[in-house]
Amino acid sequence: MTHETLYEAWVYLAASPLLGLTATLVVYIACDWFYQRSGQWPGLNPVMVSIIVLVTLLIATDTSYETYFEGAQFIHFLLGPATVALAFPLYRQLPKLKGLWGFILGGILLGGLGSALSGVWIAEVLGASDTTLLSLAPKSVTTPVGMGIAEKIGGLPSLTAGLVVITGVLGAVVGPSLFKLLRIRSDIAKGIAMGTASHGIGTARALQLSEEMGAFSGLAMALSALTTTFTLPVVLQYLSYY
Amino acid sequence: MNIIPGITILLLFQLFGEMIVIVFQLPVPGPVLGMLALLTTLVIHKGWQGSLEPVSQAILRHFSLLFVPAGVGVILHFQRFENEWIAIGAALFISTVIALFATALLIELVVRSRHSTTGQSTDDA
Repeated sequence: MTHETLYEAWVYLAASPLLGLTATLVVYIACDWFYQRSGQWPGLNPVMVSIIVLVTLLIATDTSYETYFEGAQFIHFLLGPATVALAFPLYRQLPKLKGLWGFILGGILLGGLGSALSGVWIAEVLGASDTTLLSLAPKSVTTPVGMGIAEKIGGLPSLTAGLVVITGVLGAVVGPSLFKLLRIRSDIAKGIAMGTASHGIGTARALQLSEEMGAFSGLAMALSALTTTFTLPVVLQYLSYY
Repeated sequence: MNIIPGITILLLFQLFGEMIVIVFQLPVPGPVLGMLALLTTLVIHKGWQGSLEPVSQAILRHFSLLFVPAGVGVILHFQRFENEWIAIGAALFISTVIALFATALLIELVVRSRHSTTGQSTDDA
């Protein structure tokens, strides 16, 4: 096989969806393997490392995000059905919620709006642009929901997607140590906080720590997607951000 | 291993959610409405749990993988990150810590006070 035919094969494959899809899975599996081998060291969070590796690969091979996404969209698409699937753990935890509903909703509203508004204010004080502020506001909710809110309030959905993922990774990395520091003992409290602050990525981390924590994180993530969708645009409009 | 009925149910509910959103022009994302509709259905028809469990667990076990394609999208915004990285970084970090702190503390206090009151009432009884 000559150098030229190899190059032709590369040019052909680089443009096909197969490469983006396979690369995402291979990189993720490899990153997850290292993460498990390290004893789940937070600095090796597989989502974060996968993104860094894939971005580096795209830049190194001069591949556009559009080309990559043609393949990766098949994974991205599953976010929709996965969000629907959250009804299942929620259903199983319903009995545990007896009498706690009001407080949990209160906690989720407090954390969700607190996260959005403190983020917007800090970014504003430090001189971020309006587009950045509006894209930053829905960063604590799960990607498809966050992108929908960003679109509605005039942010950039694709920027929100990135900020949502960074927020998720931050929560997953910082959360468990923060709970230890604050002496939070209840898995319900830890789970609700993880899901509210860092959606699915926090929920993925919580599931690794305990099943109960994961279920409540999933619940909080689902509920905060709802409460944020209804409250955040109204609050931001009231504060005349858009 | 039959996951086809499960995935079909998930997609049907998502489709239902998306249709409601379009028809009534709601500000809520379709999948979230789909999730609520599914939750309601599960409460009414407990039997559906069986066909949904394998697919839900499979899809949620690898939930974090699903965020990778969107996350790689940061590549489109390098310029913005370069210009505003201090504001964005500080805002993301501090607000995430605030949210974790506030929510966890509130729920922890509620759970603890409920534990002590239920403990007392069983002692009384």
